[in-house]
Amino acid sequence: MIAADLAIMIPEIILAIFAMAGLLMAVYTTKDGMAPALTFGTAIVLVIVAFYIGVTGEGTRIAFDGMFVDDAFARFAKVTILLSAAAVLVVGQDYMQKNNLLRFEYPMLVVLAVIGMMVMVSAGDLIALYMGLELQSLALYVVAALRRDSVKSTEAGLKYFVLGALSSGLLLYGASLVYGFAGTTGFAGIIDATAGGDVSIGLLLGLVFVTAGLAFKVSAAPFHMWTPDVYEGAPTAITALFATAPKVAAMALFARVVHDAFGNAVGDWQQIVAFLAVFSMFLGSIAAIGQTDIKRLMAYSSIAHMGFALMGLASGTAQGVEAMLIYMAIYVTMNIGAFAFIMTMEKDGRHITTISSLASFSSRQPAKAMALLLLMFSLAGVPPLLGFFGKYAVLWAAIEADMIWLAVAGVIASVIGAYYYLRIVYLMYFGEDREGLDGRMTLAPFVALMAAAIIMLAGIVNLFGIEGLAEAAAQTLVN
Amino acid sequence: METILLFGPLVGALICGFTWRLIGEQAACVVATGMLFLSALLSWIVFLGFDGETYTRSLFTWIESGSLFTDWAIRIDRLTAIMLIVITTVSALVHLYSFGYMAHDDNFREGEVYRPRFFAYLSFFTFTMLMLVTADNLLQLFFGWEGVGVASYLLIGFYYRKPSAGAAAMKAFIVNRVGDFGFLLAIFALFWMADSIQFDVILAMGPELMETTFQFLGYEVNAANTIGMLLFIGAMGKSAQLFLHTWLPDAMEGPTPVSALIHAATMVTAGVFLICRMSPIMEYAPFATNFIIIVGAATAFFAATVGLVQNDIKRVIAYSTCSQLGYMFVAAGVGVYSVAMFHLLTHAFFKAMLFLGAGSVIHAMHHEQDMRNYGGLRKKIPYTFAAMLVGTLAITGVGIPTTYFGFAGFFSKDAVIESAFAFGGGLGSYAFWMLVVAALFTSFYSWRLMFLTFFGTPRGDKHTHDHAHESPWTMLAPLGVLGIGAVLSGFVWYNSFFGHTDDVGRFFGVPYAVEGDHGAVEGDHGAADAGHGTEVVATAEDTHAAPTAETGDHAAEGAYAAYPHYVLTGAPGQGAIHAAPGNNVLNEAHEVPTWVKWSPFVAMIIGLATATLFYLVSPGLPARWAEVNRPLYLFLLNKWYFDEIYGAIFVRPAKALGRFLWKAIDGRVIDGGINGLALGIIPFITRLAGRAQSGYLFHYAFAMVLGIVVLVTWVTLRAGG
Amino acid sequence: MGIADLSFWAFAITLITGGLFTVVARNPVHSVLWLILSFLSAAGLFVLIGAEFVAMLLIIVYVGAVAVLFLFVVMMLDVDFAALKAEMATYVPVAGLIGIVLLMQLGIAFGNWQFSEGIEGRLGNPTPSLDVAHNTQALGLILYDRYFLLFQLAGLILLVAMVGAIVLTLRHRVDVKRQDVVAQMMRDPKKAMELKDVKPGQGL
Repeated sequence: MIAADLAIMIPEIILAIFAMAGLLMAVYTTKDGMAPALTFGTAIVLVIVAFYIGVTGEGTRIAFDGMFVDDAFARFAKVTILLSAAAVLVVGQDYMQKNNLLRFEYPMLVVLAVIGMMVMVSAGDLIALYMGLELQSLALYVVAALRRDSVKSTEAGLKYFVLGALSSGLLLYGASLVYGFAGTTGFAGIIDATAGGDVSIGLLLGLVFVTAGLAFKVSAAPFHMWTPDVYEGAPTAITALFATAPKVAAMALFARVVHDAFGNAVGDWQQIVAFLAVFSMFLGSIAAIGQTDIKRLMAYSSIAHMGFALMGLASGTAQGVEAMLIYMAIYVTMNIGAFAFIMTMEKDGRHITTISSLASFSSRQPAKAMALLLLMFSLAGVPPLLGFFGKYAVLWAAIEADMIWLAVAGVIASVIGAYYYLRIVYLMYFGEDREGLDGRMTLAPFVALMAAAIIMLAGIVNLFGIEGLAEAAAQTLVN
Repeated sequence: METILLFGPLVGALICGFTWRLIGEQAACVVATGMLFLSALLSWIVFLGFDGETYTRSLFTWIESGSLFTDWAIRIDRLTAIMLIVITTVSALVHLYSFGYMAHDDNFREGEVYRPRFFAYLSFFTFTMLMLVTADNLLQLFFGWEGVGVASYLLIGFYYRKPSAGAAAMKAFIVNRVGDFGFLLAIFALFWMADSIQFDVILAMGPELMETTFQFLGYEVNAANTIGMLLFIGAMGKSAQLFLHTWLPDAMEGPTPVSALIHAATMVTAGVFLICRMSPIMEYAPFATNFIIIVGAATAFFAATVGLVQNDIKRVIAYSTCSQLGYMFVAAGVGVYSVAMFHLLTHAFFKAMLFLGAGSVIHAMHHEQDMRNYGGLRKKIPYTFAAMLVGTLAITGVGIPTTYFGFAGFFSKDAVIESAFAFGGGLGSYAFWMLVVAALFTSFYSWRLMFLTFFGTPRGDKHTHDHAHESPWTMLAPLGVLGIGAVLSGFVWYNSFFGHTDDVGRFFGVPYAVEGDHGAVEGDHGAADAGHGTEVVATAEDTHAAPTAETGDHAAEGAYAAYPHYVLTGAPGQGAIHAAPGNNVLNEAHEVPTWVKWSPFVAMIIGLATATLFYLVSPGLPARWAEVNRPLYLFLLNKWYFDEIYGAIFVRPAKALGRFLWKAIDGRVIDGGINGLALGIIPFITRLAGRAQSGYLFHYAFAMVLGIVVLVTWVTLRAGG
Repeated sequence: MGIADLSFWAFAITLITGGLFTVVARNPVHSVLWLILSFLSAAGLFVLIGAEFVAMLLIIVYVGAVAVLFLFVVMMLDVDFAALKAEMATYVPVAGLIGIVLLMQLGIAFGNWQFSEGIEGRLGNPTPSLDVAHNTQALGLILYDRYFLLFQLAGLILLVAMVGAIVLTLRHRVDVKRQDVVAQMMRDPKKAMELKDVKPGQGL
């Protein structure tokens, strides 16, 4: 029995073994000297595993009494997580090296976090969910504080940790309420318990607390407060990581919980998720306007984007989940590109992240400015770029689910949000020329930036076919 | 040939307007003029060679959407042919005239090039006007309709440095929009009823529309009447009929050649053309045609009264135009469309001539337009004087009634007046008397113009009078050509337009039959088209046996008795115009009492005599009269206070509303709202969010707990309620 | 009321009182001591329901290790808790209000608590009865069998915690002088000092 179960978990096991082996190997050899090679190797392993999952995965398989589910939805999320984590590792390597942060533990912690994320998206049980969540979170707390000599980085790690603990507490409390109502922690059991349609208030409170814990992980308002500080304080390469893979994992987990465990109470959580979505969209859009630091800005940007993704989820349909998956895939691509650029913002050899330093950037680096322009437009959701299609998908899902007001709110929020993206473009192209950025980009970030920009343009043809995959994934989750 | 005719002016306009920098100013103008003369030549060939059979030449498909199908096409029938020669001839002459008139213009600065622009506008106008008259569907007609509106706007506002010109251009455009709205509604209604906008289809629908009703503004209304009214509202705007006439006098702000071409000869007659074109529908809309008679006669009277006291030479002629258009509408309203077109044709010649003559005077007097500053000019500018005299004779309708001697206006105007009388009833009498009085006034103000300008002693600036000079040949030649038209056009085409019904029917390509046979034939052929004895129709080709107008002097009363009574019998849409069964006005107009035939003549003589008395014999008299009848004088001088009333009722409230919407709604509410939101509230929230992001851990935790509480409360309330 | 019930109430009341005073105590050391009392009471409750292994675990790990660690930290760090608390005090009214609201809502939820239908079926006892296997044995079985995945994941979490602790604290300071005994012993005076013959006017 165990062997069969383990066979389903091969990707996770491979990664776990790789992480432990990597740690040991590095410790017994040149330690941090190994780090560049290890980082690169990790990226390759992640890509291989992603490839393995994508190619071999088939059907829906359940392991450990339903604690672990391997289905199309999980695979879609896992592939996205693995690829984005790999991309962030490669892109961030130069940055980490330059800032003396490239320690051999870093890639290994990322791998462990990725394992946590994979468990999260495959979780079929509240305990498994919590384990995955903690594995991911703990690893991320550590990397957030990786720059020990920086007060900001340490503070970021600490804040993240304390608030994360609080959110875990909320989640656990909610889980206990759910267990008290349903008598089981398995999603299958919970959905059975609510099959009659009557949902007691106790379960609803549990649902609220669980949702709040998850909302913290996707940094949805009002559980977003950690995001700007952590994004700003953490080393930029790690901020890039925060903005991508964990968001996908948390969002996928969110979708799994509300559909797999609370699929019979759609009307109840729909309201909560819609509230989170609207609040996030508006807060992210409005608060970003006042930012002067591009990393903080990206933090608010990601809050707003999570709001949009939640809007897809709030529609409570397969179409909504599909839209959410598409949105997340596009979002991750955009963010990798944007952060690839932010990582290389330098002046006089020092990494700076002020927005004003972008002034008249286009006159010095037209190609990069153009790529960034495309990404900003795409983030703002300007048609015909890919970002627009993501927004379109979630808005359409909301409309189809008769949540017109939600869609309207989304449109208004995206109009407000467009302001700060366009401000960056404005600065780049029309800003007053001051002593601006002078750093050069190394190969990996440059490729990532350009590739992301090109994808924003080229993807509009058929979204690279992810639409079909996302649809299949959504179908397996919602039925 | 038709295609060249139609697109010649467009090509001319494009070449002239866009390439004058390459080919030179003079060459550009010459090209445009040359194209127009070519067009005019072809038009005459088309007109003279036209045999009455309607034909359509499709150029290319414009719109094909559902049941809406529209071609760019050229439809040639008699109406079109008449309009073609009017438009292209006057336009060509005006082009030529403009070489002289526009040579130097104080409204433009030294070295500024304005002539190619002017010529391009003129040519463009001509093209759109041709588009209008050659349309074979309502949409193309509407395209031309709006095209001439645009061209008119551009040309009225040609002196763009003059604020009054800009205002006049705007006024013309806006007032026309009111009419256009009615026209558009008519098009919609027709498309709704007929599911087509092709003339072939909709014109045949006339009788059917009379039987149909539809909902309009919440009332169940007769289709034909409603459509007829809406069409006439459109025509009222374009043809400056009462209530929508206010733009025409102001349009005199444009250069004089423009006034001659657009605001006398062609564009303003588009409304008459439209009514004639739609005659198969109008014939079945008695309510609408009665309304046309009322408005037309009222316009003729009203404009003539205002013309009595105006001092600006161009304004006098403008009101005269307005008045004459009223005549045309009366003719159309009583159902003799041929007479309406007849007056249109003759009017085009003599009115264009008057305008061009006035232009010549103005040119001679260095752009002085106030007649009070003229006087005694006949010796200084003899050719212009001669031309103006011919024009005046034509417009006042000089001729000997019951004979064939007279100027063009004599024939057509008398035809209108007789038709109005023949229409009979209270409405006919009303129209008749209004028109006769208008004819009296016409005579008065026309002669007043002549006497003030050319007779008496020179008034005003002496220097100007000393330097008054005859115009160059480019300006005189068109006057000469138009003079021929003003003298002869009435005589030549009298029979075709207002002769016996068979002549008219042949000319317009409408089948006709002897009135007596008509009933018998109908009895025999019960199966024939309801209401039309089409079987015994003698078409234009096979009726040479019928006595023709040329052979007998049937102007004499007795001749009519022997002459068989024909009636037009064409089915709706057949031929260029249509007369409904029972419409016998054309025949009856020939049989009016003799005093009716003499009445316009008498009116003309009275007008002439009064004018002579006032302005030649005793020049002090008008001032004293004006003093005695001051309220009346002011009433007329201020054009019945139409502008003031409209200003108070429409313009000022609209402006006030606009200002309110702009300042209060747009400025304060919308702009203020958006700006307030964008610059006030959102930054405020941004600051608030920034403040909340204090960096303190317990604040963050507090926010989370707060969020939880909100959610829990919500869920509890929902579950509880 | 039997002895068991009496014990339950005693432990339960002590537990809640301990938790309350952990929060409100002025002196942080006292807070930790109150926390230890809470742990002990909780262990007592576990014993009452027959989970003596977990009870012992609580005492050994939490009281013996964690709480003691807390004590050390609190004593070593010179944090002015009083000042922090004073700052917190300004928020007490609002926080209290929110707390009360939340408490009332939870009260509503617990007041009419319903179990789901068919909960008995789902609520299968995971451990065999004490006759078959004693507490430790049962836990071991379940951990390595049914909850194998979770157990391993917990292991990974601990690994991350360990690695993280090391990453965040272990420093290789290059500028710190260290004693290298072998190097000292192998030191050769000949190599330590070199004599150069400097000619006048030339320098080295």
